Amino acid sequence: MIELQDVAVTYAGAARPTIAGATLRIDEGEFVLVVGPTGSGKSTLLRCLNGLVPHFSGGTVSGRVVIDGRDTRDHRPRDLAEVVGFVGQDPMASFVTDTVEDEIAYGMETLGVDPTAMRRRVEETLDLLGLASVRDRPLAQLSGGQQQRVAIAAVLAAGPRVLVLDEPTSALDPVGAEEVLAALHRLVHDVGLTVVLAEHRLERVIHYADQIVVIDGGRVSPLRHPADAMIDSPVHPPVVALGRSMLWSPLPLSVREARRAARGLRGQLGHLGHLGPVEAGGPVGPLGRSGHVSEPGADGPVTTPVNNEPTKAAVGTHVTVKRDGIVALDEVTVSFADHAVTAVMGRNGAGKSTLLLGLAGLLRPSSGSLRVMGQDPAQLRPSARVGVVGLVPQDPGVLLYADSVADECRAADRDLGAPPGRTAALVREIYGELPGDAHPSDLSEGQRLALALAIILAGSPHVLLLDEPTRGLDYAAKGHLVGLLRRIANAGTAVILATHDVELVAEVADRVVVLADGQIVADGPARSVIAGSPAFAPQIAKIMHPVPLLTVADVSAALEPAS
Amino acid sequence: MALVAHSRHRMVHPVAWWAWGIGLAAAASHTTNPILLVLIVVIAAWVVVERRELGAIDAFVPFLLIGLGAIAFRVVMTVVFGNGIPGGTIILDLPSVRLPSWVAGIRLGGPVSLEGVVAAAAEGARLATTLACLGAANALASPKRLLRYAPATLYDIGTAVVVALTFAPQLVELAGRVRTARQLRGHSGRGLREVARIIVPVLSGTLDRSLDLAASMESRGYGRVPALSRRQRTGASSLALVGAAGVVAGLFGVMSPSIGGVFGLPTLVLGVLVSAGALMVGARTDTRTAYRRDPWRSPEWILSAMGAAVALSFLLAESRGIPGMALAQVPLAWPELPWVPAAILAACALAIPATPLPPRLAARRRGLTHVSPPQGEVS
Repeated sequence: MIELQDVAVTYAGAARPTIAGATLRIDEGEFVLVVGPTGSGKSTLLRCLNGLVPHFSGGTVSGRVVIDGRDTRDHRPRDLAEVVGFVGQDPMASFVTDTVEDEIAYGMETLGVDPTAMRRRVEETLDLLGLASVRDRPLAQLSGGQQQRVAIAAVLAAGPRVLVLDEPTSALDPVGAEEVLAALHRLVHDVGLTVVLAEHRLERVIHYADQIVVIDGGRVSPLRHPADAMIDSPVHPPVVALGRSMLWSPLPLSVREARRAARGLRGQLGHLGHLGPVEAGGPVGPLGRSGHVSEPGADGPVTTPVNNEPTKAAVGTHVTVKRDGIVALDEVTVSFADHAVTAVMGRNGAGKSTLLLGLAGLLRPSSGSLRVMGQDPAQLRPSARVGVVGLVPQDPGVLLYADSVADECRAADRDLGAPPGRTAALVREIYGELPGDAHPSDLSEGQRLALALAIILAGSPHVLLLDEPTRGLDYAAKGHLVGLLRRIANAGTAVILATHDVELVAEVADRVVVLADGQIVADGPARSVIAGSPAFAPQIAKIMHPVPLLTVADVSAALEPAS
Repeated sequence: MALVAHSRHRMVHPVAWWAWGIGLAAAASHTTNPILLVLIVVIAAWVVVERRELGAIDAFVPFLLIGLGAIAFRVVMTVVFGNGIPGGTIILDLPSVRLPSWVAGIRLGGPVSLEGVVAAAAEGARLATTLACLGAANALASPKRLLRYAPATLYDIGTAVVVALTFAPQLVELAGRVRTARQLRGHSGRGLREVARIIVPVLSGTLDRSLDLAASMESRGYGRVPALSRRQRTGASSLALVGAAGVVAGLFGVMSPSIGGVFGLPTLVLGVLVSAGALMVGARTDTRTAYRRDPWRSPEWILSAMGAAVALSFLLAESRGIPGMALAQVPLAWPELPWVPAAILAACALAIPATPLPPRLAARRRGLTHVSPPQGEVS
């Protein structure tokens, strides 16, 4: 179905090829996962498959890419449209029309599908992806998971035999991601579709994959069996990390496989106790505040915050926020302690970002009060606010304006009233050395986040807010962020992060607040809130259940005295 | 109540709304009578309120604001430079600036007459009303929907238009995000200097999004015209362009007889013919198919008839010199109302009973407001 022969891609002006040595033969009906660190060339490889590279983006391609007998050298993406469907990261940016039904029909209209057949296929596609109930809605009003499913439906309706997806779940909450992936799984099994998919959050997809391609620094591996590839892959999900550390063979890839392998381990650690079910509205499991288990990544005494701790850095009382006539936050009363990392979780559209914007003073509640360090953040002037509360937005790129990293740091010192050189020093502390003359938009996701974080920290805020900080980060960058956030919290800052990333929460959070439809449905120590939740439990918690351990580090630490 | 029986709520064909809106715009361009102009704006606004689908971009208000800006601009220019209308009623005497002889003919400062200011305001109002009508057409039928009916020969232009149409709203959205980000860095996000700082990131960000859209259209087969050779395609494209240019020039001539003169109407007719030819050539090779196209039934006929009638009546009334079409400038007098054009104009408000409610608006009116909140997963 897909054949690549020694493919290399060199973009104009680049010294060396972005990807090289790609020789792959993907048969029909395979689910192929492309993995690799950030910036390793995954997107470039995917965009080769429908000819966007080189026809759309430029660059030189050597070797041959043949899809279903068509060479991309003399077939433009539009000529491959009925063979390959391409779905990008941001569904909203790919929508051509305004409503669900029109969007699904659009591709078929351009391909000239017969109107009767088109009518039937639209209905089938709506059912296949579970979109029938929203068929006449405007696209902008859908949730993230629905939007991504519409984007998939829109390319699928045209009847391609290959579906190429570039990080389709990066913006989705765990449930939304599961919906999208389950739909893809069904397509592979029932319709015989070939799927090629790139993803950072391997824990979400790896158990669906038939084959894996590993890209590291532009070198493209041949197709490998997932369990083999994970033995030495530079990126791997927690379940693989556990399997590697326990020397399990064959390496388990799914929670189910790992639970089988971990039977003995659970028995060995059974003395750590049982985890009770989590009740809504402020639950604490029996082991919630116990000191049995050492904290992960802690390099000092970690305060375990209790709800009524005296040091409340940020407090919201009966906060209601209405945006465009919709109640985004509904009578929320919550407080955030300093010296601690609090994670705010919940579905797309549950009110997480609204809460953060309110705390950052960028949005005034319709009723109720928000206080950060005893002050109303919305009343503060921006120049005074930066010393009280700082927010790293979801897309850190919007914080960056200058032409080079060095200029950006100098401008940030001026903007935030920091002594000259402070931002640059923070960048070194957070990330290490960044090329001073590089343009911010040429940095990797991890580097851009580090730069944005350094800029916000240059204002020395007492409360640090991060909105979905791990989007686009690979495991190494994430590990780095975990250590950094711990250090910042230990130094006395209140760190509050809104995220879908359950693995990040397991690693870093002391406390978790779960929002649903603008209301708080759970609030308590991370261990008890997420370990018992089917949607928010991290992989290790699912494997070890009912033993309350969340991360690989937890497990190793718990084994230490035993050995 | 309804003129036409419609059992189901549906979207009206976008071409019909545009014919109606352009008809009103053309009518507006033939009069400076403030009563008629205000009537046109009121009718357009009323129809937008009653027939704009929920969630559609409300282009009417921004267009109206731009129009008000145009009025203010013309008045200020007249006060400063004069407009050569001899008027006796001096309302303001600005100090005159003596300009060197090589700019003779340009006046700076000096006496400002009421007649001149009123004439400038009326001219501005004519432009503003025209814009408001186009804004109404935009709000009633989004250009994206209109574009689905664009002929195959205009593919390339079509891509550009789709990208451009999504560019503007995204620009606004991104500008908001970047302004927020400026506040996070301790700036107010207001003022001219701030605008200068955010302009580059906003433009480049929006451009990236537009490229994503273009890539998506390309990957989904937009612009496939397999049956056409390159030469045929160029031929058809240029024919279409010539036709469109003819239509535009003709419309311009018809709308402002002082420039177009007697060639206005013939140019328009020729342009329409050439365009029709180009469309037929294009349609023969158009491989696209249509999914649930909006039907063209009696409401659509009524709308287009209204547009044509109002444009034609204003054109004829003006060319025949019927009193009341133009504002009497010297001496200034309150214009009378030309009854026939005014009656036809008033009939355009019948667009409301003549057309069905759009589906989501109808649902909202029935009280089933399940539409607005971006709901969680429905599964």
